[in-house]
Amino acid sequence: MTQQPQIDTSPHVSDEVRKTTCYMCACRCGINVHMKDGPDGKRQAAYIEGNRDHPVNRGVLCAKGSAGIMQVNAPSRLRAPMKRTGPRGSGTFEEISWDEAYDIAASWLKPLRETAPEKLAFFTGRDQSQSFTSYWAQAFGTPNYAAHGGFCSVNMAAAGIYTMGGAFWEFGQPDWERTKLFMLFGVAEDHDSNPIKMGLGRLKARGARVIGVNPIRTGYNAVADNWVGITPGTDGLFILSLIHCLLKAGKVDLDYLARYTNAACLVNEDPASPEFGLILKDDDGRDLVWDRKEKRPRCFDKPDVTPDLSGSWRNAGYSHRTVFQHIAEKYLSDDFAPEAVAETCGIPAKRIHELAALIAHTAFEEAIEIDQPWTDFRGVKHDKMIGRPVSFHAMRGISAHSNGFQTCRALHLLQILLGSVEVPGGFRFKPPYPKPATIHPKPHYGVKPGQPLDGPHLGFVHGPDDLALKDDGTPARIDKAFSWDNPMSAHGLMHMVISNAHAGDPYKIDTLFLYMANMAWNSSMNTAGTMKMLTDTDESGEYVIPRIIYSDAYSSEMVAYADLILPDTTYLERHDCISLLDRPISEAEAAADAIRWPVVEPDRNVKGFQSALCDLGAKLGLPGFVNDDGSQKYADYGDYIQSHERKPGIGPLAGFRGAGGTKGGRGDPNPDQIKAYIDNGGFWLSHIPQEAQFFKPWNMAYQNWAVDLGLFDKPSPYIFSLWSEPMRRFQLAAEGHGDRQPPEHLRQRIRDTMDPLPIWYPPFEDTLVDTAEYPIHALTQRPMAMYHSWGSQNAWLRQIHGRNPLYVPTRIWQENGFTDGDWGKLTSAHGTITVPVAHMAALNENTVWTWNAIGKRKGAWALDKDAPEATRGFLLNHLIHELLPPKGDGLRWSNSDPITGQAAWFDLRVKIERVAAPAEAQPAFPPIKSPVPKAPANVTQKVRQ
Amino acid sequence: MTTLPNQTEKKLGLVIDLDICVGCHACVTACKGWNTENYGAPLADKDAYGAEPVGSFLNRIHSFEVQPETGPAQLIHFPKSCLHCEDAPCVTVCPTGASYKRTEDGIVLVNETDCIGCGLCAWACPYGAREMDPVEKVMKKCTLCVDRIYNDNLPEEDRQPACVRTCPSNARHFGDLGDPGSDVSKLVAARGGVDLMPEQGTKPVNQYLPPRPKDEEIDVLAPFLAPVTEDPKGFLGWLGKTLERLG
Repeated sequence: MTQQPQIDTSPHVSDEVRKTTCYMCACRCGINVHMKDGPDGKRQAAYIEGNRDHPVNRGVLCAKGSAGIMQVNAPSRLRAPMKRTGPRGSGTFEEISWDEAYDIAASWLKPLRETAPEKLAFFTGRDQSQSFTSYWAQAFGTPNYAAHGGFCSVNMAAAGIYTMGGAFWEFGQPDWERTKLFMLFGVAEDHDSNPIKMGLGRLKARGARVIGVNPIRTGYNAVADNWVGITPGTDGLFILSLIHCLLKAGKVDLDYLARYTNAACLVNEDPASPEFGLILKDDDGRDLVWDRKEKRPRCFDKPDVTPDLSGSWRNAGYSHRTVFQHIAEKYLSDDFAPEAVAETCGIPAKRIHELAALIAHTAFEEAIEIDQPWTDFRGVKHDKMIGRPVSFHAMRGISAHSNGFQTCRALHLLQILLGSVEVPGGFRFKPPYPKPATIHPKPHYGVKPGQPLDGPHLGFVHGPDDLALKDDGTPARIDKAFSWDNPMSAHGLMHMVISNAHAGDPYKIDTLFLYMANMAWNSSMNTAGTMKMLTDTDESGEYVIPRIIYSDAYSSEMVAYADLILPDTTYLERHDCISLLDRPISEAEAAADAIRWPVVEPDRNVKGFQSALCDLGAKLGLPGFVNDDGSQKYADYGDYIQSHERKPGIGPLAGFRGAGGTKGGRGDPNPDQIKAYIDNGGFWLSHIPQEAQFFKPWNMAYQNWAVDLGLFDKPSPYIFSLWSEPMRRFQLAAEGHGDRQPPEHLRQRIRDTMDPLPIWYPPFEDTLVDTAEYPIHALTQRPMAMYHSWGSQNAWLRQIHGRNPLYVPTRIWQENGFTDGDWGKLTSAHGTITVPVAHMAALNENTVWTWNAIGKRKGAWALDKDAPEATRGFLLNHLIHELLPPKGDGLRWSNSDPITGQAAWFDLRVKIERVAAPAEAQPAFPPIKSPVPKAPANVTQKVRQ
Repeated sequence: MTTLPNQTEKKLGLVIDLDICVGCHACVTACKGWNTENYGAPLADKDAYGAEPVGSFLNRIHSFEVQPETGPAQLIHFPKSCLHCEDAPCVTVCPTGASYKRTEDGIVLVNETDCIGCGLCAWACPYGAREMDPVEKVMKKCTLCVDRIYNDNLPEEDRQPACVRTCPSNARHFGDLGDPGSDVSKLVAARGGVDLMPEQGTKPVNQYLPPRPKDEEIDVLAPFLAPVTEDPKGFLGWLGKTLERLG
């Protein structure tokens, strides 16, 4: 044998570790960036791993996070501000200075602010700085601001907040420690990413059961103990059938429902009453329940009240019945029997019965007790915490449908009937949630030239009076959010902005200002149509959308369609705050926030977009962005994060406040706050006391802790809204009550869809297209190792997911005679694509799908024009229109949920046929000229050899 | 020809749990990130932004469908890297001695200075676990992060392979499979861990934990829920009586 070589098993690891927050997706894990001095002496990012101390990921990191080095060094990074020199869409630009860029922007925006601020539409895509960007837009004075929630998962967020004062993902999580049965609905492989993987690992280690409900069996659904391959768009019906079974067997938590929900509240039963269907209130407008002992209506929060689920009362000629009686009446109907829904849902009735029995058994026969006394908001002392160890999680799969809001509501109703929200083993909120919908702001749209808007843009409406309508009844916002089209559109409708601006419906705008939103490609429905709208000219030869400003860090497809480019930094080169005022990183047991900081200085003439807004805000003289003497208030975003106060003592970051950084939550600004975060590993965390860990909406220990921390100004306990009064108020208006009336063309739809209890109706596309002609459902999923369009430029990740065939289930595969390597023509009512197909058996038999946003436009992202992403990759977006098929009434009906306006991506119906392989995936578009230099042929990543 | 040690003091290796691997590829890029920066030449990517990107990876995930006799099809995610075989054919085939198996821990390594890039070892490996670097033209393979697991410059808790440290679902475990008392050996015993392709006679050190049975009948004490009443109007009666009991 030859001599075994001596190797160095203790090599130098790195010269420094800098801890910041990942941004390879929206999970926001803590990362350790190992820095090494390169041969030129420059300190560079060499290796990225998870931060073990961080509350989100506890050391682990996903494929995207570990490939961050390739994102930071991507050849597609923009290098300097640019102004367009060729026609829109050509990709022809000239690099300019920041001063010139700001001059151009100000020359467009200043006159708008002084005359018609609403002519600026400012929408942000990949956003985690909404608290800041909305502040800027508010200071500018335009009502036309939102982030991307409307085309993402607003149904999930809004249904959660309206129903129970919090939602999945950022605002809540399963009790991974204690849950015994976990059901995952419609979750692809993100939202959230590592915490779900970590949680599944823990459940598996404990032998807890995991059930995946999804038409597609990949990722999390692949490891589920049981897979329910449901038909897309029918989740709500399936859930209501589970509720039917549970109610019929009496397997609901009556005590929980009576104490913590509006199930015992009294609903007006008289069709002639202007209060018909509303909850009986006292003189102060507080909900009344039927008191079982005193046999009279009493305020829900009286210390000695005994809310009765079965009460009824007649007063002043009007009769009243409890919400629970409505629930029983509605869902005990045989319409929801498993046998009645099985065919529609594609789930055998027997399986629905089994699942209902399993849920009931786990919730009630395997209940958990924690020996922890606590006191509720009525002053009632409880000597222990009783938990129902059934938990749920859901995301876009159930929400991105035109029936998504009601489906999400149905899921929350199921959770609450089981008594499994905010209890051990169930679903738990994360600070700053729970928070009732009523203490969120309402939408503001009061425009005055030269003045800030009269309040925050987005919020929660509670009835017709809160809608954002002009005096003539037309929508005040360009996206028609908070209008009768979609009254409860808490996140706006980003997917309608370009279409509405192009149509001048409800009015024309001047400048479209977008941030990290790839609207000329994978973030738009009707992609080709959107590109045309962005380049369309009027009779005078001017662009229909006159000016477009765009900020992105990379050479995305959208860049080519802007007139002015503000180049953003990569995530390692910037300041950010992951704020409790915005989308935080809290855990169920702690409030937490975090920062990003420039662990690497940019080597290009780029600037964090939020810093650019500080500069531009000052140049425009926006209030809040200038000092009294007119000088710039915030040097950059880092300065804003550290010194801005939203109200006295409350700022973007809750940690290390006050002199010396000793205060958490409330405290004066601390000039060393960011340094304190850096020293603490990039985050801050404050634990919730043991007594306050569960029953948070009703637990006085939690309420008082939240007030101390600054989450609320006073304790705000509330009861869950099984019966949604905001929805009933809209429905009541549609029935003819009240002064503010919906337009006639929407009246029936509002009556049908705004039911105050969860309902199911078929996705709109099912009723508007011939389902016999288009029998197949088509979906997209986002892979775990790729996020949006940002992944394909990553040299490592594109080797994992560089191709996206259309996956076809066995029956359709066989019927069409497909074989490996074939191509299929996929046609919807709106368009046709021709794409590579692949067989997949673990798939709902009526569903085809592909990975989202793998397909690329030639010339974008610094990829070769013959990269597979550009030749074989494709978007399903071409098949989905932002409008429903015309109904012959001349109106533009948005392809959205009628309640929230969420983009109904997953309503899509298609047909497929086998075709000869074209030279490349169709439709193909001509290349755009790349605004960045050609990428290197090879990558050999190593800072120090 | 290169000889293998008669025996090694330890049998360090990985235990990979196929029941919980969700196929996220976290291990793939964590491995690439650590190893391109450390042992040997960088793990290069040829045509990185082009039509046919080809990079060297020491660990990859393959996904394949299984159709059981009854029940729906299943998707299995299968991570694969060098299994550090006791009878490693990649070592014995090496003409220069560049490939070797360490006597102290059984890790199979390539001494890149002696590697002539002939590719015989990759041909000999029945698992396809070795990859020729497309730029450096030296043979690349899993080192079991030999430059992490003993590294005095890392905190104790980080002295494990990068793939194990990063795995979000805890599907990867590292330890001495030659020690029956080790955590990994106990895990293998408890879960019925298996050799990959034992018929090849390579005696792989790495072990795979098979997926647990899926889609079995849901067995609960009361398989179907019994209604509280058969009378359609009887629910309110049941409700009243139950509420009385709750007080």
